[in-house]
Amino acid sequence: MAEKLGQLSQTTRLRILIAKPGLDGHDRGAKVIARALRDAGMEVIYTGLRQTPEMIAEAALQEDVDAVGLSILSGAHNTLLPRVVQALRERGLGDIPVFAGGIIPEEDIPGLKAAGITAVFGPGASLEEIVRFIYEYTPRRAHRSA
Amino acid sequence: MTNALRVSPRELARLISGLERGDAEAQQRIFALYRQPPRAHMIGVTGAPGCGKSTLIAALTRVWRRQGSTVAILSVDPSSPFTGGAILGDRIRMGELSQDPGVFIRSMASRGAQGGVAQAAADAAIALDAAGFERIVIETVGAGQSDISIVHLADTVVVVEAPGLGDDIQAIKAGMLEIADVLVVNKADRPEAEAAFSTLAAALELGEAVTGHHGPAGVAGRISMPPAHHRSADGWRVPLLKVSALRAEGVEAVAQAIALHQRWQAAHPERAQERAAQALREHLQSMLLRAALDRIGEQQFNAWALRCAARELHPAEAAAQLLASVVKEGDCA
Ligand SMILES: Nc1nc2c(ncn2[C@@H]2O[C@H](COP(=O)(O)OP(=O)(O)O)[C@@H](O)[C@H]2O)c(=O)[nH]1
Ligand SMILES: [Mg+2]
Repeated sequence: MAEKLGQLSQTTRLRILIAKPGLDGHDRGAKVIARALRDAGMEVIYTGLRQTPEMIAEAALQEDVDAVGLSILSGAHNTLLPRVVQALRERGLGDIPVFAGGIIPEEDIPGLKAAGITAVFGPGASLEEIVRFIYEYTPRRAHRSA
Repeated sequence: MTNALRVSPRELARLISGLERGDAEAQQRIFALYRQPPRAHMIGVTGAPGCGKSTLIAALTRVWRRQGSTVAILSVDPSSPFTGGAILGDRIRMGELSQDPGVFIRSMASRGAQGGVAQAAADAAIALDAAGFERIVIETVGAGQSDISIVHLADTVVVVEAPGLGDDIQAIKAGMLEIADVLVVNKADRPEAEAAFSTLAAALELGEAVTGHHGPAGVAGRISMPPAHHRSADGWRVPLLKVSALRAEGVEAVAQAIALHQRWQAAHPERAQERAAQALREHLQSMLLRAALDRIGEQQFNAWALRCAARELHPAEAAAQLLASVVKEGDCA
């Protein structure tokens, strides 16, 4: 009962969408990130494999998320990731930070950032780094009007 | 869609977030909407984790979309009791429905609080109704009091069972059988489903295990009246159906059973009224408790529990004094 009461006061939670755009076939990395964010106290909406940019943007809209994380291994990041940003902007969600992880070569990062990806995490990035990024880039929603 | 709320999908999504965090402005909007009679048919889908609720809801939604109805889905999953975080994975099963403008999907974490999610989900359903969605589906695992009270708020309750979840008939254990309006054995593509179906049929005292599923060839187009048992509580005959949500077999029969229940309720308004009143008694109870706990505050509450533990006073005395303090400060009178 006492713990329940404690949780009662905690009514604001960061909501993060984790999605896998494109056709690559496994989602271990995405799941590792999803679990890390959950363990950091966030609500993770996980959409699974083979998401189109439109599906991702619609999910971000309906779920009212604070950030979108994209995991991509297929090598199609230079085309797919900017399309996700574009689909978000078309829905008025251009202010949501978008971060990406997976296999993304160093030299592609500047182009992706120019296209609106807020941060790119390489295979060496620690989970703490990602959690820290989210805290830094998501203004607390408690103060946002509904 | 008639959109009494006149909100964009984005505003709707933000309104639901406001309801989830108990935002006063968001709640005021719901209080006003609540005074309008509901138009949507609200369907609760419940069953153990992994039994295929989300897959079934997606399959049902495809049927309803073909029939031209708009659909909103609220999927509730438990929060981690340790960190308060959650992984909400129901959208994985809903795939392309994400892009259909006639479908709105929202994942909600239970946030562990006393009935908190029940109120947020009920209020979100009111918002979705006002936004014009014709069918509103609420998915919960049906464990715990607040979960059950969500389900009670639905017009039609679908209880899902499936083989291979480790425990034979979990739904019966959790006492969900009594509240089922439609009973579904999912994963009928698996041979073990037969046993689950028979057990459930026996539990319902059907006598004979009639099946609503006509084998792996599929059932579209030849739906017979589902097997049913008589529920003395309100007279509705609860159909027991076998489906494979994954293969979309038998799903139309579930949609039909839901529609039959909806029609039955329309023909028996006094029963529907009594059911709603019963659900509201429970809802009101949990809201009273929540309001009292909110006012008492965590520290104060814990301090009183400690005093009881130290045998300074009996819990009944503590409860009486806490209640008195709440009522005195309160604005009830
Ligand atoms: N064999 C089989 N598997 C199914 C069926 N329906 C769902 N599943 C699988 O059961 C697992 C859990 O499904 P999900 O819909 O997420 O269950 P929920 O937790 O009750 O929402 C997934 O792997 C589904 O693919 C079915 O009809 N047959
Ligand atoms: Mg589910």
